[in-house]
Amino acid sequence: MNEITKSLLAMIADLKGEPDGAYNIREDSGCAGRQSTANVDIVPKKDKPGIDIIVKPGTKGEKIYIPACVTHSGVNDLVYNDFIIGEDADVTIIAGCGVHSEGEEDAVHNGIHSFSVAKNARVRYVEKHVGTGKGTGKRLINPQTYIVLDEGSYLEMDTMQIKGVDSTKRITKAAVAAGAKVVVKEKLMTHGEQYAETAFTVDLNGEGSGADLVSRSVARDHSRQLFRSCINGNVACTGHSECDAIIMDQGVVSAIPELTANHVDAALIHEAAIGKIAGEQLIKLMTLGLTPEEAEAKIIEGFLK
Amino acid sequence: MLELKNISLTVEDGAELLNDVSFTVDDGKLVVITGPNGGGKSTLAKVIAGIIQPSSGQILFDGVDITNKSITERAKMGVSFAFQQPVRFKGLTVRELLHLAAGEQLTDEQASTYLCEVGLCASEYIDREVNGSLSGGEIKRIEIAMIMARRTRLSIFDEPEAGIDLWSFNNLIDVFHKLRRELKGSLMIISHQERILDVADRIIVLADGKVAAQGSKNHVLPELLGGKCKFCCGQECVNDHE
Repeated sequence: MNEITKSLLAMIADLKGEPDGAYNIREDSGCAGRQSTANVDIVPKKDKPGIDIIVKPGTKGEKIYIPACVTHSGVNDLVYNDFIIGEDADVTIIAGCGVHSEGEEDAVHNGIHSFSVAKNARVRYVEKHVGTGKGTGKRLINPQTYIVLDEGSYLEMDTMQIKGVDSTKRITKAAVAAGAKVVVKEKLMTHGEQYAETAFTVDLNGEGSGADLVSRSVARDHSRQLFRSCINGNVACTGHSECDAIIMDQGVVSAIPELTANHVDAALIHEAAIGKIAGEQLIKLMTLGLTPEEAEAKIIEGFLK
Repeated sequence: MLELKNISLTVEDGAELLNDVSFTVDDGKLVVITGPNGGGKSTLAKVIAGIIQPSSGQILFDGVDITNKSITERAKMGVSFAFQQPVRFKGLTVRELLHLAAGEQLTDEQASTYLCEVGLCASEYIDREVNGSLSGGEIKRIEIAMIMARRTRLSIFDEPEAGIDLWSFNNLIDVFHKLRRELKGSLMIISHQERILDVADRIIVLADGKVAAQGSKNHVLPELLGGKCKFCCGQECVNDHE
């Protein structure tokens, strides 16, 4: 693995060197390291780029690292990762993507992920995105995530994009069976001329299923963001989506909720709040001795934590 | 340690919110500012903290003219201000705000002590976000704990009793006694509450933006509590001026 990959891995997965346990490190469309364990099998696909990550039923407490890095411009990476999580498993998957560009051509990562989570299994999926390098080529990350949750299962997706990604379009779709729940926590910061689009679609298909989609974002400079959340309550279920955004400078944020209750006992809520940092928040922190700049940084740091 | 000289504030529509306000707060003293609603008390506190700039007059803090100093500069010099309506922050926890207030990383024990002082169970609150999930009374107590953690020369409290519904009033009074004992500084409390007036060294009555009376507790309190309050337009005055 090259030095840029090492530096990106530290940012996106807090990794120094190769991790313990199961992992697959993707570097410029190739494999920079892979390891399976007794309970987690990582198998390269034969028909297309990507891997299958198969977690045995009952696997508890394992961490699985699946990061991807693009380390120079002119790379247009496409990968299919399929996660098959066995019954009653409880695992954490640390993915994440770093794209680095020093040249004029774009550095692109398109990750297409599918999750099949069996009965009563629990998954925490952590995904950090970052762009680095001073090239004029754009740094683009476009993840698509398709989730199928079986009865009583749970998937939490923590996604974070803090800096350097010029454009991202994130598509997440989930079908949720009885008693299962999907939780998405998105943190996003855009600056410069960046663009970020998020589109969640959740079908709550099983009795007592639930969805909680929460996005917190900051749009600075001339950046733009679009947040779409679509929840379809097809049975007695609960769905909540929330878009909370701070705009600064000339930043623009749009939030478009779409809730459809196809059943009389579907309880669906959307909340959206977009605005600049409240003046009283700045003043309060200044009365504690912070400068206006320090106060602003602290408020944003807390908001996106 | 704090001296206000002829502070006036006239706003754009010509209204005089403060009119030639002068007084001093001596070292180690507890001064209560009281008076009718709309009399200029909160405005005056904001002027001292640097949030509002006066139209004229001078503010001296430990002999230094701070009239043109920023909020941050005054805070660093030792002015603390507990808001009447504390601010909520999505994402910032009680612990983080206490650290910011103290200007250093507090140990868990130190942070817990401040929370206990204001009647909050530290383990329950220390990692909570100071957001809309906290009640008015809870957030008010956290605001007071932050001022305790600041340990500054001057601590200003704007109606600290407001919203403190479930917490015993005695505890609040104890907090002020403790601050007086432990801080080498002064307290300025804006309040209508008789029991807070009762612990004051000095009471200043502000009405219509002017100092209507000032003096020792023994001098001013009987005037305020004598059934008819002469500072409140002659209205019946029970325990407060609500």
